[in-house]
Amino acid sequence: MSVLNRVALGLGLTFLYAPILVLAVYSFNASALVTVWGGFSTRWYAILFADRPLIDAALVSLRVAAASALVATILGGLAALALDRAGRFAGRSLFTGLVYAPMVMPEVITGLSLLLLFVGIGLDRGIVTLVIAHATLGLGFVAVLVGARLKGLDLALELAAADLGAGPLRVYATITLPLIAPALAAGFLLAFTLSLDDLVIASFVSGPGATTLPMRLYSQVRLGVNPEINAASTLLVAGVTVIVLGATWLTGRNAAKAGPTYGA
Amino acid sequence: MSTALLSLAHVTKAFGADMALDDVSLDLAAGEFFCLLGPSGCGKSTLLRLIAGFEAPTSGTLHLAGEDMAARPPHRRPVNMMFQSYALFPHMDVAANVGYGLKGLGRAGIAARVDELLRLVRLDGFGRRRPDTLSGGQRQRVALARALAREPKILLLDEPLGALDRTLRDETQGELRALQKRLGTTFIVVTHDPGEAMALADRIGVMDRGRLVQVGDAATLYERPATRFVAGLLGDVNLIAGQVADRTGDIARVETGLGSLHAGVQPDAPGAGAAVVVALRPERIVLGPADTATDAEPNALAGHVTEITYLGDRIRHRVRMADGSEIRATVAAGGQAPAFAPGDAVALGFPPGAATLLPA
Repeated sequence: MSVLNRVALGLGLTFLYAPILVLAVYSFNASALVTVWGGFSTRWYAILFADRPLIDAALVSLRVAAASALVATILGGLAALALDRAGRFAGRSLFTGLVYAPMVMPEVITGLSLLLLFVGIGLDRGIVTLVIAHATLGLGFVAVLVGARLKGLDLALELAAADLGAGPLRVYATITLPLIAPALAAGFLLAFTLSLDDLVIASFVSGPGATTLPMRLYSQVRLGVNPEINAASTLLVAGVTVIVLGATWLTGRNAAKAGPTYGA
Repeated sequence: MSTALLSLAHVTKAFGADMALDDVSLDLAAGEFFCLLGPSGCGKSTLLRLIAGFEAPTSGTLHLAGEDMAARPPHRRPVNMMFQSYALFPHMDVAANVGYGLKGLGRAGIAARVDELLRLVRLDGFGRRRPDTLSGGQRQRVALARALAREPKILLLDEPLGALDRTLRDETQGELRALQKRLGTTFIVVTHDPGEAMALADRIGVMDRGRLVQVGDAATLYERPATRFVAGLLGDVNLIAGQVADRTGDIARVETGLGSLHAGVQPDAPGAGAAVVVALRPERIVLGPADTATDAEPNALAGHVTEITYLGDRIRHRVRMADGSEIRATVAAGGQAPAFAPGDAVALGFPPGAATLLPA
């Protein structure tokens, strides 16, 4: 790598990660002042774990993330299968666009429209509405991942299984599902982190008793930043990083493992 | 009809406006090694998929062992298919692939049968290997073992040797043929390679644009092709257009640009006045020095050699005829140097039986 490339890469990485690094470093600051280094300490993590409302918010976030990711994985997986297998039908590209649209839709719009919908049908805002909203958000990502995986699969694999006497259900359970499982898992993890991160949509659709971690952090920051927020944020970043790395690893294994065909 | 294992009657398959199969009728006997031969897009793979049950005919019927297959999905048909891509399940080892279709044998029974099949294709000990750790030839044999596992009445093979390199292909041809004779299973192979079809099959069905144009053994297709397409597909052929002048017994006299030619004909061949093509294989032509032609030879032609190509086992001559057309004639090399040089005047002759009359 040339010197110029190294410098460019260094600058880019600094730009991206310096703020997070500062945040992580100051979460270990002994001083209560956010910008003054007072020595190394883990006291803010201790305070954090004793902060009942914050822990509750984290638990809400995890529950919502798990439930919405599950829903998004099932619906997104089915959507991808339908789009891949239905062949050419009128409005196919329209449907594909509709499935992917929520990924690029401004979150304010998604949040507002969902809020209007929930109010319109008289659904009380809380955990359920959060799960529905976040499932909407994650569904498109799952569909993209699973769709890419299906596109790379040799259709003859399923035909071969049917040819060997397997009915449609056995073909699905023993061939299709195992082969798209890595994409489903990666999709689940991405949907999970999207839900965990989301503040905008959650602000619209959550209700009393369903405060998520980002909402809690945001409201505390408005009262003043303290190192406890840094600690909570550091943990959140660490968790999300692990999950995203996991998803990347799964997708990579995906591609390496069942290449579409075996060239001779 | 009742003796045929597989019987297709007037099978047609249309994809939109495309006729993939056009009125195909075919009877296959049990134990036959049949080959569907044709260029890509001729409908041979569609026919194979139709027998397997992956496609339904637009019209026509398909009977297997006397039973109508119309309502039978692929997983309930007593046929198995070896796919061109082999379609080995990448997430299962070789033993699980081979044993996938086995049922009702119990765990030990399946393991025993899998071992037996792997021995059959000379892959014993490969059971725990993953498909992606095998060579192309080994994968081909796993696919073969898997397709044979359920003892199908008919084994369908889609370009079974297409992914193998030249030497491996020749070797595998012999093995495939020996295996078929030993098992007695009916094989239907789809291929675009005439040499492969001739080396493998008892009977060959030639397909052209959705139609089954001729069915017969290799010698019949080569010596007595029914159409110009079949004649050209199986090997080099000289095609000389003309018109039938008259017939004497089983010999027809045809007026062509090269003069009067005599060709052997079948009783049902076109009569006087019909436009025909005389098909003549290059190796059936006798070449001699210019002045050797005798009147006793009914087909005596003259021309000048324009090009000589030494091919090891034979020598190919391009000969310019009086009317400007070109005739290709090959002679066995037999260790001899070419007898002629470009520019030499030569006489060409052939017995009437060496030529075939085809519809123009």
